[in-house]
Amino acid sequence: MTELRAERAGEPLGVPRTEAKSRRVRHLDLVIAVAAFAVLATLPFLFSSKALLDFVIRCAAYGLFATSLNLLVGYTGMISFGHGMFFGLGAYGFGLIMQRTSVPIPVAFVGTLLITTVVSAAIGAICVRLKEIYFAFVTLAFQMLIHSMILSWASLTGGDQGLRGGIPRPVFFGIDLSNHMHLYIVSCALLVIGLLLMRQIAQSPFGYTLRMIRDNASRASFIGIDVWRAKLTIFVMAALFASTGGIVMSLFVSGAYPEFAFWTISGEGIFINMLGGVTTFLGPMVGTVLLLIMNDTVTRLTEYYGIVLGIVILFFAIGLRKGLMDFVVEWYEQRRGPKKERG
Amino acid sequence: MDLDALTGCLASSACLVTQTTSGFIIGMLLFLVAVGLTLIFGVLKVVNFSHGAFYMFGAYFAMTAYQVTGSFALAMLCGAAGTAILGLVFERVFMSRVYGGDVLMQLLVCYAFVLIFDDVVRMVWGPEFRSMGMPTAFQVPPLFIAGGVVPPYYLLLIGVSLAVAAILGVGLARTRIGKVIRAAAHNPGMVSALGVNTGLIYGGVFALGGMLAGLAGALAAPVRSLTPGMGFSVLIESFIVTVIGGMGSILGALIGALLIGLIRSFGSLGFPLFTDGLMYLFMVIVLVARPTGLFGKEVA
Repeated sequence: MTELRAERAGEPLGVPRTEAKSRRVRHLDLVIAVAAFAVLATLPFLFSSKALLDFVIRCAAYGLFATSLNLLVGYTGMISFGHGMFFGLGAYGFGLIMQRTSVPIPVAFVGTLLITTVVSAAIGAICVRLKEIYFAFVTLAFQMLIHSMILSWASLTGGDQGLRGGIPRPVFFGIDLSNHMHLYIVSCALLVIGLLLMRQIAQSPFGYTLRMIRDNASRASFIGIDVWRAKLTIFVMAALFASTGGIVMSLFVSGAYPEFAFWTISGEGIFINMLGGVTTFLGPMVGTVLLLIMNDTVTRLTEYYGIVLGIVILFFAIGLRKGLMDFVVEWYEQRRGPKKERG
Repeated sequence: MDLDALTGCLASSACLVTQTTSGFIIGMLLFLVAVGLTLIFGVLKVVNFSHGAFYMFGAYFAMTAYQVTGSFALAMLCGAAGTAILGLVFERVFMSRVYGGDVLMQLLVCYAFVLIFDDVVRMVWGPEFRSMGMPTAFQVPPLFIAGGVVPPYYLLLIGVSLAVAAILGVGLARTRIGKVIRAAAHNPGMVSALGVNTGLIYGGVFALGGMLAGLAGALAAPVRSLTPGMGFSVLIESFIVTVIGGMGSILGALIGALLIGLIRSFGSLGFPLFTDGLMYLFMVIVLVARPTGLFGKEVA
């Protein structure tokens, strides 16, 4: 990873050309997003398997979460080990709003994102000042705080039983989320829109500011970038997407459970990023699909899921030392010659 | 919130003694785990995220040894020695491959072992709650100090922990090996050039840290219930302790652990639902006021 960074830092600053190119790239992103959505939307017509649709919905939930984590880990170099708290917050916030009030779903959606903004800004304000390992562990500590609050505040959250009794899903704009097909399409739409927005953030000047902070925070600070504010901004943004993932999850299971806010979710998120690779935008998405496939296969075969997952993690962390997409990209670039830029 | 209970307790000496002792118990166990964590961080510059697993193994080793031999002293020895060996192997075989690299990789390797160790314990000892039971030697009537109830085992626990703190403090400051360890923490390249086997020191420090966590687990086994995953909450709490006390400082770990122990024992009276929250609140206050912790020197 260090070599990659050094290489990136040495890229020439062809500003005008990059700008023209980035506009073209953005159009390309939009085209790819629309195409991806079209493919996902036609899936149910090709395969009539409910399990496949369930799988895609779970991929959407975890994919939003993992890709948002990559905004922190891969782009800004902030290794958050507590990102899962916003996943849980989204699930619980949305579930509680829908159960306790009778507002339409879009209002609850926006309400949940507002709650996430406030909470993540408060936690971020404390955490982003800290470096590497401190940041990782203090975010983890906050995750455990939220988890223990969910467990102990049983009158609101249902304690260790989770939010039960189902989440009411009134029809809005003709969309009925208790219909499996509608839920599937909405999840896919949220995933594609979320990914597109995150791609925009990553490719924007702000996204390049983040890369600069990752590579050399003090240099970024010298040229007048408010590092603290930039880190806090991306922390809150990433929290919003993770929260959206949580909302999708709570809609899917029609409830919310303390496991959604448990630290293992954050651990899995980190591993998904590692598995897929943090140097490509879609790496975490690939990682999500791989981890969920592995998850489903392994839990069917053995009850000792932890051992299998642990060994796979060790294989990637000590054996390969990079993610699968990093591997593919490097192999591809070696074949094409060393000229292509990455981002 | 139950402030009456808290003020009522603060007014009575019996309750004060009981709560302070239970605070000290929590604090001392946390200290043993946290001091290992802080030692490993100070020398190896990695945070052993799987440190809680050593605490767990210490407890399970002690329980099995006690059930087999019936000797409490042997149980403690097994808990400590077993985790020391485990620590040495873990460091030499796995952790030593990810030094100096990404924090991400170190976290992932440790994360993998948290998962593996928890499942190994589930495989060997079963997923249900286990308990070691109070050793017969300590099944004596509790002492009464100023009206408060203090089981004798608690005194042993506090005594052992204080002894460990003293030995560590003096050992690091005064002995030759302590000086070598401190030098290796400061500049491993130079120490290595002077003919010291730094790999051995790293392995030794990791084994020592693991042993302390294992000892904490073994000491906790008679008074806590044993379950796979029991190490994780201890890990988080001892990490909070090291953040409060300052990473790499033994005195800081001791003071931080005692503060957290007292916060937990008195907080559970006044704010039963928010006991964990109090601990985090305290950590946040310390972090905002002194980002390096109460006794930390280096910039975090």
